[in-house]
Amino acid sequence: MHPPSSQPVSPLALSRREALRRILVASALAVSLDITSFAVEDIRRIGDDPDLLKKEIPWPRILTESERKLVTVLADVIVPADEFGPAASAVGVTDFIDEWVSAPYEQQQKEQKIIRQGLAWLDTTAQQRFGRSFAACADPERTTLLDDIVRDGTDLHKAGIAFFRLFRDRVAGAYYSTPEGWAAIGYTGNVPMAEFPGPPPEALRHVGLA
Amino acid sequence: MSAWPDRRRNSSLIPMAFLSTSKTRAQRYDAVIVGSGAAGGMAAYVLTKAGAKVLMLEAGRHYDPATETPMFQSFADAPLRGASTPEKPNGFFDATIGGWVVKGEPYVVKNRTSNEWIEGAVGNRMQTAQNFMWWRARMLGGRTNHWGRVSLRMGPLDFKPRSFDGLGFDWPIGYEDVAPYYDQVEQLVGIFGSKEGVENSPDSDFFLPPPKPRAYELLLERGAKKLGLPVIPARMAILTKPLNGRSQCLYATSCGRGCAIRANFQSTTVLIPPAMDTGNLDILSNAMVREVTLDAQGRANGVHFIDKQTGEEQHISARVVILGASACETARILFNSRSTLFPNGLGNSTGNLGRWLTDSTGGNLSGQIPALENMPLHNEDGVSTMHLYIPWTVERQKAMAKKGVPRGFYTAWSGGRGMPGLGAPLGLAGDVYGKKLKSEARRYFGSFIDIFARGEMIPNEKSFCELDPEKKDRWGIPVLRFNFQWAESELNQAAYMQQAFADLIESAGGKVTKQPEKDGSKAITAGGSVNHEMGVARMSARAADGVTNGFGQLWDCPNVVVADGGVFVSNPFKNPTLTILALAWRACDHVLDGVKKGEIPAPA
Repeated sequence: MHPPSSQPVSPLALSRREALRRILVASALAVSLDITSFAVEDIRRIGDDPDLLKKEIPWPRILTESERKLVTVLADVIVPADEFGPAASAVGVTDFIDEWVSAPYEQQQKEQKIIRQGLAWLDTTAQQRFGRSFAACADPERTTLLDDIVRDGTDLHKAGIAFFRLFRDRVAGAYYSTPEGWAAIGYTGNVPMAEFPGPPPEALRHVGLA
Repeated sequence: MSAWPDRRRNSSLIPMAFLSTSKTRAQRYDAVIVGSGAAGGMAAYVLTKAGAKVLMLEAGRHYDPATETPMFQSFADAPLRGASTPEKPNGFFDATIGGWVVKGEPYVVKNRTSNEWIEGAVGNRMQTAQNFMWWRARMLGGRTNHWGRVSLRMGPLDFKPRSFDGLGFDWPIGYEDVAPYYDQVEQLVGIFGSKEGVENSPDSDFFLPPPKPRAYELLLERGAKKLGLPVIPARMAILTKPLNGRSQCLYATSCGRGCAIRANFQSTTVLIPPAMDTGNLDILSNAMVREVTLDAQGRANGVHFIDKQTGEEQHISARVVILGASACETARILFNSRSTLFPNGLGNSTGNLGRWLTDSTGGNLSGQIPALENMPLHNEDGVSTMHLYIPWTVERQKAMAKKGVPRGFYTAWSGGRGMPGLGAPLGLAGDVYGKKLKSEARRYFGSFIDIFARGEMIPNEKSFCELDPEKKDRWGIPVLRFNFQWAESELNQAAYMQQAFADLIESAGGKVTKQPEKDGSKAITAGGSVNHEMGVARMSARAADGVTNGFGQLWDCPNVVVADGGVFVSNPFKNPTLTILALAWRACDHVLDGVKKGEIPAPA
């Protein structure tokens, strides 16, 4: 029912409908007034009337191959596979991070700086500590670094916690918004029901109402 | 009047006969309706069923919820996991085409810090420096594609607030005038709710059964009752039983995306299809109305509009003009309808056009309830809004008036185990990662709640819209600028809300996630941002006091009818859509009566 969320999308691919629409809009505007700047500025944005049934990413992705590799490794340390579900990279989180930091909007542009600088910093730190890139580190080496980053009072904490928190939140959000993530977090909705049954007895007992 | 024909076909699946601008359009209509939302849709429904030939003009594009709604898509099916962007401020899946900014159609507001006039921009309603934000839709169905579906009747006191406490203004009509139309609207639209007998929150004889409360709502109910506050089922324009050929809600996927199965109220699924079935309705989309035109006697004879696809200006003739463009857009059209007879704009002979602009107040506070952690898994989607809420009571109003809060609000909430989006529930989990993150996400999922309120603003002299002296939109039409100021009564109310929300969260066994704000000016939403802008063409008992009579007819020109929120004299804590529908129906019945009696003659 759900298309794979990690489906590769060519950076400038537009559906025929969308392309036609934009041409029509552009020509309609050209007829009326001097507002050519709209069309130029808009072309790589979502636009105010996108096809809601299609996932089209009109802007080019900017992360390099090595950045993508590091995103994948780090995201899987943050959200690993376990009994509740697969690891982050298995549900397209790497593609999401690339899509997110490449987006032309103010918030994403700000976060792009923090995330790319943070990724570079993490690799440098891994090199200094273990003599190899973060991606080349063994699991215990990776968690040693992350534990230092999240521990209050360390130099790594000072330098890297803002990056860690942002990156972790984006990875977790991207993960849990997939159907696999729903299963992992315990979301069982988004299915049609004839009646809404309300909470089951075990839920009422859990909150002390039965 | 029979509300619905016995014979029903699924009109939304049949392509509508949309007109081109040059071919099949009639030369003259009985009525031209500006706008296709709650007011325009209702006017089309009532007039076409009575046999009138009607042209509906919509400034946006054609829109069909049956084929365009992203039902059941996960946020992973959207760019940026559906996050808000300047172009889709309520997220990718929000049905609205439009928003705080409509390209090429600016409006002017005041920067509260610098006090300068600036162009209205995309903003956050809690952080913007703008004194006013204006939400507009450019699509068939208008803002009925966006709204919260909250459907509360205004009560007797809401029509006569000045008589009650000397503040604000009385309407020239009362609850008893509108009640029969509430009855009709509720039977047509379908509202769930329950009879509760709460004073000034009138019940309906036609409520559909309300959905059962969710677990977190039961905790809030228990908490509220400890505080002596009533909690009753919400009242929503969402079907819990099939009605008039429409399906009932399937308790999944958000109303804000639109509804392909027509289970909630959108003008495009409830009003326009039966109006089309009469064969009397033509719809022209991408038609931006500039002004109402008059004949030599000063009677309206049609409208000028811009065909947005060609940029050409056109005229359509009609015997009656119904304005349902949304309150402020309607005022803008009237301001721009200047003539030697009405040099300051049509309807503005007594200087009341644009005045008494109001919006609902709003505020919110978030919390977390530990008892909800590690909840046994179950589906809590329900309808996409609260199932219960706290109505305001007259008793509470009397008590709070003594403390500087003369007007009230209803309290509602969101929360529960809704479809996860980009915000993972890790706010209290600390800097966890790995397997610990996954168990903490599972633990906290569904344990957060957000309490919010919609409250009443008293109309004041400092809040009004007018034409900007210079700025024009891309079609060359002068644009609006907004003066807006909350008064002490609203700021006190917003500060009181914060404490009331904190008390509720704690009484329900929860903890606030941030301390309640004591400064009302920081706790209140920006003007306009609750999207309940009302007034600006208010009805009045005497021409000197308003823009229209009690039926929405301009005092200046009785064959022009304001059918939207422009006519509201007060803006109580009852979301306006239901009342707009009732008043539009009533106004159109009066028009039909006037035509029958010859009081509305054909224009010369």
